[in-house]
Amino acid sequence: MKRPSPPAMQRVAVSFMWLGTIIAVGVLLFIVAYILMLGLPHVTWEFLSQGPRLMGREGGVLPMIVGTLWVAGLAVMIAAPVGVITAIYLTEYTTEGKLTAVIRFGADCLAGIPSIIFGLFGFVFFTITLGMGLSVLSGAMTLAIMVLPTIIRTSEEAIRAVPRAYRDAGYGLGATRWGVVTQVVLRSALPGIGTGIVLSIGRSISETAAVMLTAGSALRLPTSAFDSTRTLALHFFVLSREGISMPKAYATASVLIVAILTINLLAYWVMQRFVARVR
Amino acid sequence: MARNVSTDPRQHAPSPISETKVVVENFRAYFGRSAVLRNITLTIKPCERLAIIGPAGSGKTTFLRTLNRLNDLEPLFRYTGRILLDGSDIYDGDADVPALRRRLGMVYAVPTPLPWSIQENIVFGPRTAGVTNRHKLEEIVERALRGAFLWEEVKDRLKMNATDLSGGQQQRLCLARVLALEPEVLLLDEPCSGLDPISTAKIEDAIAELKSRYSIVLVTNNTKQAARASDRTAFFLMGEMIEIGDTRQIFTNPVHGHTNDYITGNFG
Repeated sequence: MKRPSPPAMQRVAVSFMWLGTIIAVGVLLFIVAYILMLGLPHVTWEFLSQGPRLMGREGGVLPMIVGTLWVAGLAVMIAAPVGVITAIYLTEYTTEGKLTAVIRFGADCLAGIPSIIFGLFGFVFFTITLGMGLSVLSGAMTLAIMVLPTIIRTSEEAIRAVPRAYRDAGYGLGATRWGVVTQVVLRSALPGIGTGIVLSIGRSISETAAVMLTAGSALRLPTSAFDSTRTLALHFFVLSREGISMPKAYATASVLIVAILTINLLAYWVMQRFVARVR
Repeated sequence: MARNVSTDPRQHAPSPISETKVVVENFRAYFGRSAVLRNITLTIKPCERLAIIGPAGSGKTTFLRTLNRLNDLEPLFRYTGRILLDGSDIYDGDADVPALRRRLGMVYAVPTPLPWSIQENIVFGPRTAGVTNRHKLEEIVERALRGAFLWEEVKDRLKMNATDLSGGQQQRLCLARVLALEPEVLLLDEPCSGLDPISTAKIEDAIAELKSRYSIVLVTNNTKQAARASDRTAFFLMGEMIEIGDTRQIFTNPVHGHTNDYITGNFG
């Protein structure tokens, strides 16, 4: 058989790339559009500003919005500093060896564990053993552990991507290790670290199984970190699984999607501005 | 940290300092098991320009990075022997390494501007050393840029990102950044290796000008540059210093056959 000419190969290759891209983006857009079309008509001011009635068949999702922000926000506030500090230690303060290999392997394993397992662990450890009960705090701690590997690994990659020449320059100009890490390396790695944190916020907000077992599913507005709460994702799950109200379920999903989009856009915007300022 | 495998350096008597800035005594350096510097002994006088020439892999750059303890960052680095700056051992256990690196300022082969503004690049060092006064810092920026022959080109755009400068300008910025530290010795590691002839000439002009205030160690692959821009020249080969002498003598009447072969281009 005759080989196709290089330009023909080129055209075929490009068409496949286009096809792949269209499928990937198309599926995503279809899902988002489908849910928003079914859900948005039911998202009213009352839906956003009121608590649920009749187990969510009527009323709104204000307690779930608040609960989600509490749990996810707290989780990332715990995980981000711990994760970034771990990444700094792994990249800048140790030499590669058994210990770093074990830590890295552990982080990779944690990243692959299903979230329900984290939920189970959180339930046994935070909720029961430490006596935190089904609460915002239990949920946040569990989610923090769950997203920690992501934050460590993305931060590590970001720090590692800082050219060695920058470090040499920093040390050569008389900076201490701490000075080089904080003023030279972290400054350049910040966009990458930020991306990891944004990803983690998204995962925390959309997590369902782990929070079900640790934060509970109370319908009232949480007023402290020790109150049980129900996140948006879990509310959607309950509404649809138990057939309480599909319109309310889709409306909840719409709020969730819009919230994640907004947070991502906001985070990227803040990051861009920040990067522009430090540059 | 580097692990000192030599005997305690403090049991030696301090060397006389009158006519020497840096004294290197029987210095050997290893990365793991492989020796990269073998028994280097030389002195650097105040306000002299010492060129170090030699083929790739001869240990020139390692030697420079040894002088400001940058090799400490390599986990496998080991050494024996000692290096004295103004009579005190720079590898002494309680030497202040960041302060030491400010005294021996280094310019790298590849321009390494940090991805910040020109001004920030220059004030980074002095700020780290504790200078906070704004006027003082502005003064330092201007003086450093003038010293590196860059001021006239960038004085109106000090806020511009340093990575947007041309390669030659970036390298002069790196020189300015080091001058801002008010060092005592300048370590220049092939500072012109990636530069066009005009940029090279500007760096060499700066070196000639700076000689009155600093000892300069210039590592270069360009033997003509060594001949033009130095008072004394050392020839390194495979981690050993084969020969050191007045630049004129090295280039007209070298003692060692290898030196002659190298400068006449027979190998390297």
